[in-house]
Amino acid sequence: MSARPIATTRSAAGLPTGRLAVWWLVVSEIVIFGGLLASYIMYRLAHDAFAVQAAHTNTWIGAFNTLVLLTSSLSAVMAHTAAERGDGPKAARLLWATIVGALTFLAVKAFEWTEEIQHGFTITSSTFWSFYYCAAGLHASHVIAGAIVMMFVARDAARNRELHRVELAGIYWHFVDIVWIFLFPLLYIAK
Amino acid sequence: MWHLIEYLLPSASTYSGDIDFVWSLIFWITGFWFLLTEFVFFWLILRFRAKDGVRGQYITGELKSEKKWITWPHMAVLVFDVLIVVAAVRVWYHVKQELPEPEQTVRVVGQQWAWSFVHPGPDGKLDTADDIATVDELHVRVDTLYHFKLESRDVLHSFSVPVFRLKQDAIPGRVITGWFEATKTGSYDIQCAEICGIGHGIMGARIVIETPEQHAAWMAGQSPVSVASLGQPSAVQE
Amino acid sequence: MAHAADVHAHAEHGHHEETTGLRKYLFSTDHKVIAMQYMFTGMAMALIGGFFAYAFRMQMAFPGMDVPFYGLVTPNKYNVLITNHGAIMIFWVAMPVLIAAFGNFLIPLMLGADDMVFPRLNRLSYQIFLLSAVILLASFFVQGGAFAGAWTMYPPLSAKAEYGLAPLGSSLFLVAVAFEFVAFLLGGINFITTTMNSRAPGMKMYDIPIVVWMIVVASILFMASVGPLIAGALMLFMDQQVGTAFFDPDKGGDPVLWQHLFWFFGHPEVYVVLLPAMGIVADIMTVFSRKKLFAYKTVLYTVFATGVLSFTVWAHHQFVAGIDPRMANIFTVTTLLISVPIAEMCFVYIATLYGGSITLTTPMLWALSFLATFLIGGVTGIFLGASGSDIYMHDTYFVLAHFHYTFVPIAIIGTFAGVTFWFPKMFGRMLNETLGKIHFWITIIAFNCIFIPLFVLGTAGDHRRIYDYTNFPDSSLPWMQDMRVFATYALIVMLLAQPIFLFNFFWSLFRGPKAGRNPYRANTLEWTTESPPPHGNWPVDQLPTVYRGPYEYNHPDSKEDYWPQNQPA
Repeated sequence: MSARPIATTRSAAGLPTGRLAVWWLVVSEIVIFGGLLASYIMYRLAHDAFAVQAAHTNTWIGAFNTLVLLTSSLSAVMAHTAAERGDGPKAARLLWATIVGALTFLAVKAFEWTEEIQHGFTITSSTFWSFYYCAAGLHASHVIAGAIVMMFVARDAARNRELHRVELAGIYWHFVDIVWIFLFPLLYIAK
Repeated sequence: MWHLIEYLLPSASTYSGDIDFVWSLIFWITGFWFLLTEFVFFWLILRFRAKDGVRGQYITGELKSEKKWITWPHMAVLVFDVLIVVAAVRVWYHVKQELPEPEQTVRVVGQQWAWSFVHPGPDGKLDTADDIATVDELHVRVDTLYHFKLESRDVLHSFSVPVFRLKQDAIPGRVITGWFEATKTGSYDIQCAEICGIGHGIMGARIVIETPEQHAAWMAGQSPVSVASLGQPSAVQE
Repeated sequence: MAHAADVHAHAEHGHHEETTGLRKYLFSTDHKVIAMQYMFTGMAMALIGGFFAYAFRMQMAFPGMDVPFYGLVTPNKYNVLITNHGAIMIFWVAMPVLIAAFGNFLIPLMLGADDMVFPRLNRLSYQIFLLSAVILLASFFVQGGAFAGAWTMYPPLSAKAEYGLAPLGSSLFLVAVAFEFVAFLLGGINFITTTMNSRAPGMKMYDIPIVVWMIVVASILFMASVGPLIAGALMLFMDQQVGTAFFDPDKGGDPVLWQHLFWFFGHPEVYVVLLPAMGIVADIMTVFSRKKLFAYKTVLYTVFATGVLSFTVWAHHQFVAGIDPRMANIFTVTTLLISVPIAEMCFVYIATLYGGSITLTTPMLWALSFLATFLIGGVTGIFLGASGSDIYMHDTYFVLAHFHYTFVPIAIIGTFAGVTFWFPKMFGRMLNETLGKIHFWITIIAFNCIFIPLFVLGTAGDHRRIYDYTNFPDSSLPWMQDMRVFATYALIVMLLAQPIFLFNFFWSLFRGPKAGRNPYRANTLEWTTESPPPHGNWPVDQLPTVYRGPYEYNHPDSKEDYWPQNQPA
């Protein structure tokens, strides 16, 4: 692994470089999800039929998954606190807890989608379901990516290395969580 | 002077002159400012060519006396923009937002790759038994206010009649209503103004603007053809 | 705080090895190598895009002929050529060269840094970009052929195979564009973060060269605008491959939604490519007029205003597309409003010439011609932004001539300006001025000869994307076909002039006179190091400190007519 350039260590803006970069990444992702959700909202407002289809989403499963993600964000915050104190192994354990939350979320979603598909609600059933699977699927792909990144960060943190990355992974994870906070009411509660 | 486009293409509707006017207004305003700017630009290059012993000046552009050289032109741009906006919006409103009472209505259907038209027939009403359906030829009476009901059977097309200066995209799943009133008789192009596949370039049609007598004669010579029997145009070979 | 961080860095990090040989070109993380990779890829794609233009213009000028070196341009091939010409020129030429190549090369050097903040992310960006180019080129060889529905990809034509007849090609095209977007999102994060954080000690915000500002603002604009289109691309891909109906009106979808998502990105995108070109022009004009940039702060504020306004104009591409006619009025107002800051920028640049000492070197000729020709592009936009006029002008060749009078100055003139200017720094040798000037004059004259006739033809009613005008009686008048032929010959002349540049480039690369550190006596930091800069740009203990702005030419307190940023007072 080559040494970091001096450029990376400067901080003319007063913020650490890594944190600055993750925030810009989050900005770009906000616009992606924002575009998708804005399109969904416009369709929803124009088509009453959406509400009929939306009645078939399982609000309880959605709520459970919301709880799972919120809890995993909590463990991510705690991991950050541990990393700030220099306790790498503890930060790693808490990151693993977050990863377990992510995997739980994905497992629940897999179950949920299987049920829905078996009941005939596929991605082509209606435009509501097209949006449902696309939006939740895009979100799920970000959950997977986040989980993978956290695995690498946890591996390093356990050896007390690159502890600043724990916070960065956390920022990304909170973003993923917040997207879900928007998806949940739009897909599950608005009926 | 105010209908410059007519040097290139006839003007054949009640609003084509209005659209030409907006175009011509923009032409003269922007043309003047453009030439002035280019002249100043080239003059500065010549005037301040590098000469032995003459150094460049240190001008920051932050002083008010310096900034005014930018501020005044840019205010001028704003003023002329407002003028152009007002002229353009008036014409837009007249063509696209107003819908005067029609004397006749025609249906215009775009598809891959032909235009079909349904004319009202001698009874003057659309969607009756004596409607006349044609492919690639639209017959209208001069000095008559028409509504057109624009549809598409498949992808996006666009109904464009250059001599009317008219254009409207056709969207599958929707019926879009617009209007025109022809002022000149003759036969002119209709084009498709939205790429619609391999045959986009062969989707030309003709609009035939006729006197009432010519139009009546044309109607008399047509036998009513149902739209459904028009069929699909032959597929274009690659 | 910055100093402490530097000291810390020296103690803990220091030099990393330079990669050499083949591994350098495949795996280097050095920003200068990555810049060259983008530049050469972009230039190769430009040759492909230019060749496509040759083929389809030959078809328009001589319908039905066997085009030399291509063959018969059938209606489908015609649509494939125009579609991919547009996409290639914007996504695989303008963006990689202006933003990624110049951004990568210049930003760390002009900021006095040793590299970008994330060199490995930088390398990944290029690799994703290269992959996107490969995917696009692959689309030409699959069954059904390449995508042929225009670079704007409007559904239902682009969504349903039964209409577009190229299901695999359409999806590959979409995926290629999506990967290109990802590459530039990642690259943008690098540029923005590096500029915000890695400036040399003493370099304040107003000491940053304009070209760096422009590339950074362009990256932010790109980032903020591309999101909805990425969402739209996902939806279109689903429609294409899975049979969803986001844009299928037969099943409740809305084709116009795509247009909004596309143009919400598409309009800011033109400023994304414009800004770097204007930055390049500013940096060249100041050097060769020996003058401080007029009202630097005004330029910055104008750029920010343009950036913000660029998000409010998009539906001027959709005036007759079936949007609510009342909306058109709003967009006419915003569109004409945006002409104000752009005009102001042009005026500021022209004002910079006043009181200068101007030498017409090849880079200066390119920079000045950018201004002269972009002005035409700008004013012709007014005809299109004014809704009443656009009813007639939409989808005619007037639109095409307008955007070529903006894009060619941006992507071609801007590139030649930047390449001829920074060539000495990039490669350590000088280009030949005589060849440079010959190439310039032929290219510029030919360029104008191509597109001025197209303005006339568009005003006479020529529509876009038509493979054979002889199908339309009103467009088949002899003078019109004569103009099409003239424009085509002018294009051939322009293309034939490009080997002069290529020869100059490659010959000078190996045999040009050595350049030295600062052949132009310029102020910005890249001219303080060797040509070409070594790995790490400066020796680790000699990274520059900055004492003044980048354009202090002929300052009263300075003996010389220039005053490098890193020279202590």
